[in-house]
Amino acid sequence: MATTHNIDTRGSAPALEAHNLSVFYAANQAVKNVSLVVPTHKVVALIGPSGCGKSTLLRCFNRMNDLVLDARIEGEVLFHGQNLYDREIDPVEVRRRIGMVFQKPNPFPKSVYDNTAFGPRVQGYHGDMDALVEDSLRAAALWEEVSDRLGDSAYTLSGGQQQRLCIARTLAVKPEVVLMDEPASALDPVATQKIEDLIWELKQRYTIVIVTHNMQQAARISDYTAFLYMGELIEYGSTDTIFTNPTEERTEAYVTGRFG
Amino acid sequence: MKRFQGQRADAASTEGEERRPGNDRPPAARDRRPRRPPSPTAPFATSDSPWRVRRRRIAGLGFHLLCALSAVVGVVALAVLLTEVFAEGLGELDIAFLTSFASRIPERAGIKGALAGSLWMLALTAAISFPLGVGAAIYLEEYAPKSWITRAIQTNIANLAGVPSIVYGLLGLALFVRMLALGRSVLAGALTLSLLILPVIILASQEAIRAVPDSIRQAAYGLGATRWQALRMQVLPMALPGILTGTILALSRAVGETAPLIMIGALSFVAFTPRGPLDQFTVLPLQIFNWVSRPQEEFRQLAAGAIIVLLAVLLLMNAAAILLRNRHQQRV
Repeated sequence: MATTHNIDTRGSAPALEAHNLSVFYAANQAVKNVSLVVPTHKVVALIGPSGCGKSTLLRCFNRMNDLVLDARIEGEVLFHGQNLYDREIDPVEVRRRIGMVFQKPNPFPKSVYDNTAFGPRVQGYHGDMDALVEDSLRAAALWEEVSDRLGDSAYTLSGGQQQRLCIARTLAVKPEVVLMDEPASALDPVATQKIEDLIWELKQRYTIVIVTHNMQQAARISDYTAFLYMGELIEYGSTDTIFTNPTEERTEAYVTGRFG
Repeated sequence: MKRFQGQRADAASTEGEERRPGNDRPPAARDRRPRRPPSPTAPFATSDSPWRVRRRRIAGLGFHLLCALSAVVGVVALAVLLTEVFAEGLGELDIAFLTSFASRIPERAGIKGALAGSLWMLALTAAISFPLGVGAAIYLEEYAPKSWITRAIQTNIANLAGVPSIVYGLLGLALFVRMLALGRSVLAGALTLSLLILPVIILASQEAIRAVPDSIRQAAYGLGATRWQALRMQVLPMALPGILTGTILALSRAVGETAPLIMIGALSFVAFTPRGPLDQFTVLPLQIFNWVSRPQEEFRQLAAGAIIVLLAVLLLMNAAAILLRNRHQQRV
């Protein structure tokens, strides 16, 4: 298939590389032979119509698909040159290096503090937990709003705050890559704005792969955009190119809203 | 019928929206509606004759009354039973009743042996059935592959919950009393009752574990938690109130059981409290059975007294279950 790659990764090493990646759910192939490179400290957006396999692809990057029954993965995902799907790789270790934020805010029914501290705790963090919690909440631009209610249940926060708490929780384990699966789709425009600003901040220190339904959002926050359709990577390139001068006709049709 | 049409006209003029709940016509027809006069196909316009409408309403009312009657019969029967028991047994209730052993002489008889036996039974049964039941539930929900074997086990558990308790008594007699040579001990009884209530505990715990949203597990895994960490630190704490509620209700069933304990040969006249799990024992329901089967009126009063104590124990346990459930609902 003619997948167009006009991505220029000069100047930044690849953080993640997918090579000929395919995902099958039982007999159904959700991702078809996808290859793409995620450069370090950049934001890569995965766009495409519902069911195109973008979330499935995202979940391959930290082996969350392992938890799905009947899921089978072919091809490889390289992280620092190491295939995440090698036999000796522990998926738990993978998820400690590559964090994930989900579509719907899913805080634990515990305090703000315990939510943030959960990741470090399960990973046996022995340093100053209070400082780590504060740093993480600051990094997620939430500290100002919750510093006086760290003991309150996370369920008392608003939806947008909950999602930023989920981001803080992910940052607390100090991942290198943060995967985000439509992190703002359940939020109102103001909360969405905050999450987008936050992503802009975070890319100084993290590599981010984000799935989004919202093309304006992809255009606003990402450096590179991959367009997927029916499990295939149709086109991958700098966000500017994809939105203004795509090579593939289907990409143009999709980003201009003619289908999908 | 006129009333219906009137209502319809009112509704149409006040709402005037095509998106009325209960409007089951296809969307295309809905869009064209404003241009039409009140349609002859409107749901109320074609209704039956007034006589039929009245008959329908009477049928509805009849069913309503029938259901109410069923409810009343249950409540009244219970009330009669309770009044009778309380009238007969309340006089027996004093400290001496609780602290004396059973006796041939009614004035000196008490339920110390039976109450102690019941408490022993309760504690041992809980200690055996809770870990086994919760363990099985966790395995089935979180670890077991979704294969036909798992489904077969699942079906069997559901069926086991419906097996008559006397059958468990037979099993207990053969397995624990004879084969494992535990004799007619508290332990043999507790093991038998544990088998009896295990299916209930497993099903209730599975329900509670399944009610924990998958997003919580995903979040935990996404933060690098192992399966065990996710389970221990997030899933089980959230499922615990439900698990405890189910366990307590199952245990209160065990406390009231008589048949399987008769089967394994629990004594009905006991003038001691069990010192350990291998001692012989009796329990409250057995003591009640024993007293009721005697001809003298005094023993029937003793039985009524023991029933009140047994009911009090059961009510306390159910209250604990309800309390736990409410606390759980408030939190979520």
